Amino acid sequence: MEFFLISMLNGISYGLLLFMLSAGLTIIFSMMGVLNFAHASFYMIGAYFAYQISTYIGFWPALVIAPLLVGAVGMAVERYGLRTVHKYGHVAELLFTFGLAYLIEETVHLVWGRSSVEYRVPPSLDGSLFTLYTTTYPIYRVFMMAVSVSMLIGIYLTLTRSRIGLVIQAALTHPQTVETLGHDVPRVFMLVFGGGSALAGLAGVIGGNAFVTEPGMAAAVGPIVFVIVVVGGMGSLAGAFIASLLIGVLQTFSVALDYSFVDLFARLGIAIGPDAPLAALWDLTISQAAPVLPYLLMVLMLIFRPKGIMGTREG
Amino acid sequence: MRKLKCRPLNPGRWLVWGGTALTMIVLPLILTAGFTLTLLSQIGIGIIFALSYNMLLGQGGMLSFGHAVYSGLGAYFTVHALNLISKGSFYFPVTLVPLIGGLAGMVFGVIFGYVTTKKSGTTFAMISLGIGEMVFACSLMFPGFFGGEGGISTNRVVGQPVLGLSYGPGIQVYYLIVGWALACMAAMFAWTQTPLGRMANAVRDNPERAEFVGYDTHMVRFLTLVLSGFFAGIAGGLNSINYEIVSAENVGALRSAGVLLATFIGGAGFFFGPVIGSIVFFSMVTAVGAVTKAWSFYLGLLFLVMVLYAPGGFASLIVMHVPVIKARLMRRLWLPYAATVVTGSVLLTGLISVVEITYHYSLEADTAPAMTLFGFAFKVTDGTPWAVATGLLVGGFIVSRFAWNAVGRAWGDITHVLQDKAAA
Repeated sequence: MEFFLISMLNGISYGLLLFMLSAGLTIIFSMMGVLNFAHASFYMIGAYFAYQISTYIGFWPALVIAPLLVGAVGMAVERYGLRTVHKYGHVAELLFTFGLAYLIEETVHLVWGRSSVEYRVPPSLDGSLFTLYTTTYPIYRVFMMAVSVSMLIGIYLTLTRSRIGLVIQAALTHPQTVETLGHDVPRVFMLVFGGGSALAGLAGVIGGNAFVTEPGMAAAVGPIVFVIVVVGGMGSLAGAFIASLLIGVLQTFSVALDYSFVDLFARLGIAIGPDAPLAALWDLTISQAAPVLPYLLMVLMLIFRPKGIMGTREG
Repeated sequence: MRKLKCRPLNPGRWLVWGGTALTMIVLPLILTAGFTLTLLSQIGIGIIFALSYNMLLGQGGMLSFGHAVYSGLGAYFTVHALNLISKGSFYFPVTLVPLIGGLAGMVFGVIFGYVTTKKSGTTFAMISLGIGEMVFACSLMFPGFFGGEGGISTNRVVGQPVLGLSYGPGIQVYYLIVGWALACMAAMFAWTQTPLGRMANAVRDNPERAEFVGYDTHMVRFLTLVLSGFFAGIAGGLNSINYEIVSAENVGALRSAGVLLATFIGGAGFFFGPVIGSIVFFSMVTAVGAVTKAWSFYLGLLFLVMVLYAPGGFASLIVMHVPVIKARLMRRLWLPYAATVVTGSVLLTGLISVVEITYHYSLEADTAPAMTLFGFAFKVTDGTPWAVATGLLVGGFIVSRFAWNAVGRAWGDITHVLQDKAAA
């Protein structure tokens, strides 16, 4: 029970962090049709910016300034990069963001080196908040959840209640009409791209010190975020939310479970020896298979429900 | 749109192919420096791999982020086959061993391709990425087959030498690679002329109309991917013969990214594009990599600049000039081009300075602040080199813009002249 509750909390906090990434990606995708390959790179530079700022003026200003800087970078990328390649079609846009992701990683190597940097949880958030049975639960995890949830509410209110949110929603489906009504749709695109990047940057600020800030962090989380977008359904925000939590919980639980098919069959009274065919497969524990599970989920989803959990269109 | 022509002898084509073959055969005899054979072998394998990738990207319009899966798995199967041959489990000539890699790549193309090719475009790109990550994660999960972190090594000198070929010396392996590369190039070019190759183009350009004509677009994409997997597997097989070791990075994302970069830089729209791309890519990796640790930064920058300003790659830049040369209008371009080269070299000098100084600063500012760049010795902790480098970068950018505009105007004039000629 203790293991279950703690893993569940960790899984949800990780899932919420993933949602901060996948939300921006989904909104950008459904609006501009661009799958931003560099989205996880914005997550990474968010963490690095926060590290750099926090060494000068502390964590709390970094929490605000770093996402804003990342958002500005995102807007510049949209204005001077994506808009240029837009005329060549979606594949060119995807290639552009791919090249950008490559270049951002190399720039991080260049500026901050190849090993991880010492970006730490601030002392005021270091420590445990409560004790569940025998395990203490860190304050920072709860702080992460609080930031994610307030961000979630923030996006929801912006998209549904504010004027710019309504324009964005309208531009999602009817960009021409919105343009005729006198709104500057390219500017709206730029703002959305910047906003999505800032969101990824914020995830980097709070995720970078909870996990580890290193040049490989974008490549590690990027494919997972893509899996979430596919599993949740391309362009569906609600689907991305469900899929984020699902994958967050799945990954957290699977790394801690040491069961294999051999154990399962043994419980059913069938013994499988090391000489059985495909012994390597039956012997594999869930924790060993953990890195594959999200991708397996994606493949299964594509075979049985290609449009994803909440998706409305196929591809 | 190219008109379908039926000519019994196409001298231009024979010239290009013959020239390519001759160059590949003669080059190691002219350049005898130690690293050239390694580089040329890499380029030869890279050509097969990039051409197989271009069957997807260029011919089929499928942007894959996981093509290393097929070459990597082909490489693993080749290594295991070589090890079995050396144990005496069965006999198979080493010359044909890459075929085993090809078949493995093909089988995995059948397995993964059926799911991935249901959709093209963005969906295909994402799923290919997911499959790539999945295979990479699997390669660390099953150390029995994949050899874990260290990989699996083998020995290519197995069995009796056939016709004096033992494949011990590197030069024999190089000619094996050349033979396979030429055969694969011819086969892949022939494929573009088959009905399936043509349908792959049609499905790339307008899947809806292809469906209406009665073709199953999923099937066309699937068959294209299976064949592409076959050739990628051959490249993988040659790779394991060349290096005698295969590790998890052979199926990794970096390998997939590399083939995408090489293909795109060369030009996905032309059959010969990936060949140029492989030459540029591996030369750059070897030559620039020997000079600076920031080589992959320059490679990424080159790729991004190509995506933004020359989406047809080097091949399109070359082909673009053919009508101009035929119309004897090149003289209008020399001056703007010269200006671009001069101003561009200022810009490039500035860029290289900024990158190298930054790199040196972040690595060794405390331990060894002194460095030499373009013959100047200075300390990276001083302000002057930074100011000079930034000045060159910004100044180079500003003057380059004038040159670029001049090139644009010259091209505009030439286009007009060519159009008038075509109309007249």
